[in-house]
Amino acid sequence: MKLEMKDKPGQLIAALKPISDLGGNIMAIIHQRDPSAAPGDTIDVQIMLDLPGSTLEPLVETLTAQGVNVVRIGEERLLIRRSVILIGHIMHTDLTDTVDRIDSSGLAEVAELGMVMPAINEPSSAKITLKSSSQEEIGRAIDLLRRVAREKDLLVIEPLEEYP
Amino acid sequence: MRIAMLGFGSVGRGIAEAVSEKDLGLSITAVADSRSGIIDADGIDIRDVLERKRTTGLCGTPGITAEDVIESGVYDVLVEVTPTNADSAEPALGYITCALTAGRHVVTSNKGPVALRYDALMQLAVSRNVQLRYEATVCGAIPLIQALEIGLAGNTITALNGVFNGTCNYILTRMTDEGLSYSQALLEARELGYAEADPTYDVKGIDAAIKLVILANSIWGLNVSLDDVDITGIDGLTTDALALAEDLDCTIRLIGEIIPEKRILKVSPRVLSKDHSLVVRDTLNAVTVETDMAGEITLIGRGAGSRETASAIIADILFIRDCYVERT
Ligand SMILES: NC(=O)c1ccc[n+]([C@@H]2O[C@H](COP(=O)([O-])OP(=O)(O)OC[C@H]3O[C@@H](n4cnc5c(N)ncnc54)[C@H](OP(=O)(O)O)[C@@H]3O)[C@@H](O)[C@H]2O)c1
Repeated sequence: MKLEMKDKPGQLIAALKPISDLGGNIMAIIHQRDPSAAPGDTIDVQIMLDLPGSTLEPLVETLTAQGVNVVRIGEERLLIRRSVILIGHIMHTDLTDTVDRIDSSGLAEVAELGMVMPAINEPSSAKITLKSSSQEEIGRAIDLLRRVAREKDLLVIEPLEEYP
Repeated sequence: MRIAMLGFGSVGRGIAEAVSEKDLGLSITAVADSRSGIIDADGIDIRDVLERKRTTGLCGTPGITAEDVIESGVYDVLVEVTPTNADSAEPALGYITCALTAGRHVVTSNKGPVALRYDALMQLAVSRNVQLRYEATVCGAIPLIQALEIGLAGNTITALNGVFNGTCNYILTRMTDEGLSYSQALLEARELGYAEADPTYDVKGIDAAIKLVILANSIWGLNVSLDDVDITGIDGLTTDALALAEDLDCTIRLIGEIIPEKRILKVSPRVLSKDHSLVVRDTLNAVTVETDMAGEITLIGRGAGSRETASAIIADILFIRDCYVERT
């Protein structure tokens, strides 16, 4: 995101603090100082960050409240990932369809799929990683995957996580 | 304090050995197994009975039955350690009912009666002003019920997760460590005596689910039965699945889960980070409770075994003695 703030000591640090408070991770900061700027002018800072799901809005609110102007928010990428393991006849129950149903749900995308093929007629095992932009959506995507798996008689092994 | 025992198998003998070896202030006045019994109001010579059981398979005189022991009335606490029947809970349910009705405290390791008839049995105990305790039914030696009822009194428990079945945990440990297939690991567990000849109850997650039912009804009064538990066992697991989990620095364990507020009861294989506190080895059990005041608490220990289960039974007996008998 691109931020505009007063050029005075401590401003940048103050703008970065809410990011870590929300559990975010700063990946890059681009800040070019204009030598001709006079004290009291505003400066532009671009930040690339990795935020936990649905913390973008509260971050923007906090920053605005601190007098930092959020000029532009870049493309929001899908950053929440969750992996589950599937066991069963994964190929023969139309793997493409399984993946499509997640991708077309608008809730999450299948980011990775790793499969081990055992002997013919034995059940195969796969690790499937979904990515999404919020905890809520990834939860719903896993629900969907669970329904598809039940239909296809696949076993889903989910991570042990607290319910929200 | 005088105790009478129904059942003289692995658990019953473990209790008898501890009572004879340690100075616990307990005296055993009656014992019955499936084919014989012995009653002596002055106290039985336990070493004799253990020896007779070992050499003849009988603890006492043929013809003396569990009913005779119950009716003898020469005891303060009935210790009920006969086999679990998860369908009807009998004959243990009848035995426990008789003893409670006669105004005797009961301590049991038998999951059947507690899982199927908790409310009715507790009401009966209350009406007769006696105790029914069942620590050994869940997680063997781990004092889980005591921790939940007494140690964490006043807390709201938001979630409980645990490894409740040592047989499954052993199988999963071996599949991970040695790359054994599910059936190889099961065979090994059987040879070591960790799995029954018919392992269905363990590997299909039913045993773990019964323990969740006991906790749900006794700790939270949820009034549920086995049908209310969403159960998936470990019998469909592959070595490949465990290897895939390994790639994520994780492993798979059979986890029993209760979210009391949402009435969620679930037993299923789950992916857990390898350094998660519930990832215990071999036949160990482990339970994590999440609470509002105490935060998170994890208990780890032996979920079965003769002496280990005897530990839970004896703790229940002494609790009754110290809190209910000597005070009144
Ligand atoms: N073993 C453990 O680690 C463990 C842990 C937690 C809970 N439990 C529970 O504790 C209970 C006992 O387990 P266990 O391992 O000791 O079982 P076990 O070794 O099979 O012993 C059962 C005992 O009960 C006797 N019995 C059977 N029917 C009886 C009857 N109608 N009246 C009187 N006695 C009868 C048997 O008699 P015979 O000797 O004549 O066959 C035997 O002595 C079970 O309910 C089990 O689920 C066990």
